[in-house]
Amino acid sequence: MALDLAEATSTPADGRPAKGGRRRLPLAWLGGVPFIGYVSIFLLLPTAIVIFGAFLKGNGGGFTLDNLKSLNQDYVRSAFENSVILSAASALIGAVVGGVFAYVIATGRRDGTMRRIVTSACGVLAQFGGVTLAFAFIATIGGAGFITVFLANHGIDIYSDGVWLYKLNGLVLVYTYFQIPLMVLVFLPAVDGIRPQWREAAESLGGTTWHYWRHVAGPLLFPAFIGSALLLFANAFSAYATAAALVSQGGIIVPLQIGNSLSSEVIVGQQNYGKALAFGMIVVVAIVMALYVVLQRRTTKWLK
Amino acid sequence: MTEAVGVATLGTGRAGVQVRLEDLRRRYAGVSALDGFSLTLEPGELIALLGPSGCGKTTALRLVAGLEDADGGQVVVDGKDVTGLPANKRDMGMVFQAYSLFPHMTARQNVAFGLRLRGVKSSERKQRAGDMLDLVGLSAQADRYAHQMSGGQQQRVALARALAIRPKVLLLDEPLSALDAKVRAQLRDEIRRVQLEVGTTTLFVTHDQEEALAIADRVGVMRAGHLEQLDAPGTVYSRPQTPFVAEFVGLSNRIPAMVSGKTAEVLGVHLPLVDETTSDGPAIAIVRPEAFTLAGTIGDTSLDAPLAGTVIATAFLGAVSRITVDLGGGLTVMAQLPTSEASAYPAGTAALLHLRTDAVLVTREAAVVPAPGPAAAAVENVGRAG
Repeated sequence: MALDLAEATSTPADGRPAKGGRRRLPLAWLGGVPFIGYVSIFLLLPTAIVIFGAFLKGNGGGFTLDNLKSLNQDYVRSAFENSVILSAASALIGAVVGGVFAYVIATGRRDGTMRRIVTSACGVLAQFGGVTLAFAFIATIGGAGFITVFLANHGIDIYSDGVWLYKLNGLVLVYTYFQIPLMVLVFLPAVDGIRPQWREAAESLGGTTWHYWRHVAGPLLFPAFIGSALLLFANAFSAYATAAALVSQGGIIVPLQIGNSLSSEVIVGQQNYGKALAFGMIVVVAIVMALYVVLQRRTTKWLK
Repeated sequence: MTEAVGVATLGTGRAGVQVRLEDLRRRYAGVSALDGFSLTLEPGELIALLGPSGCGKTTALRLVAGLEDADGGQVVVDGKDVTGLPANKRDMGMVFQAYSLFPHMTARQNVAFGLRLRGVKSSERKQRAGDMLDLVGLSAQADRYAHQMSGGQQQRVALARALAIRPKVLLLDEPLSALDAKVRAQLRDEIRRVQLEVGTTTLFVTHDQEEALAIADRVGVMRAGHLEQLDAPGTVYSRPQTPFVAEFVGLSNRIPAMVSGKTAEVLGVHLPLVDETTSDGPAIAIVRPEAFTLAGTIGDTSLDAPLAGTVIATAFLGAVSRITVDLGGGLTVMAQLPTSEASAYPAGTAALLHLRTDAVLVTREAAVVPAPGPAAAAVENVGRAG
C-alpha cells in the first residue's frame, strides 16, 4: 500500500511529469560527439571525397566514367590481383598461426602473467609496420642482412633464385609479422568464449577430442575465424607504408599505385585516376567488412 | 553412519545399476579434496551430496564422471571397475550447472548429439530426441537455440540430452543453482519426476539443503572431503549425527546442556537423550526452532515446564514466522510458528516457551563446543536459511 501511495503522488495518472517538474533533456548522445566528429573528419569525409572524385573530371568538370574506365588496364588489374594475393596469403598465414597462438593463450590462466605479456606484445606488434618494419627485415634477411650472411657462410643461399624480399613473396612474409599478432588480438575473445562445459558435455555424451572439434568447437569458432581472417585481409589490403619502404620502384599493389599517382605527374584529364583506384579499394574493403560484420554477429550470439 | 534404504523399485521398471565409490582420494596442490570417500548408490536411487563450497562434493561427482582422475580408490559401476576409463567410455549422462548446451544447435540437435555420436540412424535419433523433449515438456521448443530459451528451459534440455543416451548413471552438478527460486523449485520436482520415470541411478550435487532434502532418496552431507552422514532426508534433518550436520542442515539453536545418565538438562528441563551413549558432562543441545512453541498457541498438555522470555524480533517467512525470544541474561532462542499464530507475538510481548522433548539432539562432541559457563557467552543461534 505504501508503494502505491508513493507512486500516486509522484506521477499523474496520464504519465506526464508532475506539474512544476522539469523535463530533462536527453544528453547521453553528447558523449559520442568526439567519436562522431573524428570519424566524420578522418573517415567519412575522405571516403566521400574519394567516391565523388572518382566520378568527376580532373579539370573541375562534371561527371565522367573515364576514371573508372582507366582502371581497365593490364598494370592496374595486375596491381589489384597482387593486392588480393598478398592480402589473402598474409591473412591466411596470420589467421592459422595467430589462431593457434590464441588457442594456446586461451587455455592458460586468464589472469596469468604470460597471457598479459603476450597480449600486450601483440597489441604493440600488430601496429608495428612502415619503415621500421621494413628496415628490420632488410637488416636481418635483406641481401646483406646478418641472417642472410650467416646462412650464406654456412652454404645456404636464400636468394639463389634472386632477391625475393622486395617482391610479392617478400611482402607476404613481412606482412605476416603484424598479421599474426593482430589475429591473436581479434580471435582471442572468440576462443575465450568457448566454455569448458561444452567439451565435458561432449565427452560425457561419448565424444572424443575429434568429435568435440568436429561438431562443437570447430563450428562455433569457424565464423569467428573467417571473420578475423577477413579483418586481416582488409588490414593487409589497405597497408601502404611497409610496402612503400620495401618496394622502391613500380606499383605492384594498389596502395603503391595510388601513391605513385599522387606523387608523380598526372596525365591531363586523369587527375582523379588515384581516386578511382581508391574507389576500387573501398569497394573491395566494403565487401570484406560486410562479410565480417555478418560473421561477427553470429559469433557474438553464440560465444557471448 | 549409513542407513540401508530400499529404493530399487522405481518408476517404469527400467532398472538402474549399482554405483560404488570406494575410498576415493583426490588432492589439489597438496590440499586434500577427497579423503577416503566411499558411497554406494543402489540401483535407481537418487543420492544428493550436500555440503558447503569446497567440501569435495563436485570433485566426487567429477571423479565418477571421469572428468578428473582419482589419486586413489575405485569407481565401480554395475560391478565393473571404471576408474581407468575416460569419460566418453563411461556411459554416464551429466547435467552441468549452466551454459552447457551447444549454442549453435537447436534443442533437438542438442538432445540428439549423443545419439549421433553413437551412430544412431537419423530417423531414430529424431524420434528419441522428440521423446526426450516430450518427457521434459519442451516439445514446442525443439527448434529453438539456447539463447532463445530461458535458463530453466535450457536445463531441461540438458537433462533430456543427458538421458537420451540412456546412461547407466545420471550425474547432476548443481543444475539448479543458476536459476531463480521459483523455477528452481519447479525444475527440482521435474528432475525427480523424470528420474523416477526412467529409473536411472542418479548422483545429485548441491549446496542447497532444501533442494537435497526435497529430491533425494538419501542425502549425503559432506565436509572436508568425507561423508559426515548418509541417511534419508527426514533422518538427516531430525537425527543429525554430528554437530556439523545439525548446523548445516536446517536452522538450529545451540544451547548448553549437562548430560547425566540417560538424560540431559537443557534450559532447566530434563530431557531423555536421543543417543544414550552420550557421555556424562557438559554438552551442546541442538534444538530446531520448531521444537519451541509459545504458550497458548498449542494446548498440548504433554509440554514441559514453560520458559519465560520476551519476543525481540519476528521474521515473516510466508506460511511460517521465526520469532526470536530473549530468555534473560543474554540467552536468546529462535522459535518457528505458523504465521497465523505468530502474529499474536509482536516484538516486546512477554511470552512463555515450551520445549518439545522429542526434538533435541545432545551432541557427543562436547569437547569441541563451548562448555556451559556464563549463559550469555555460551548460548548461540546458528543456522542457515532453508
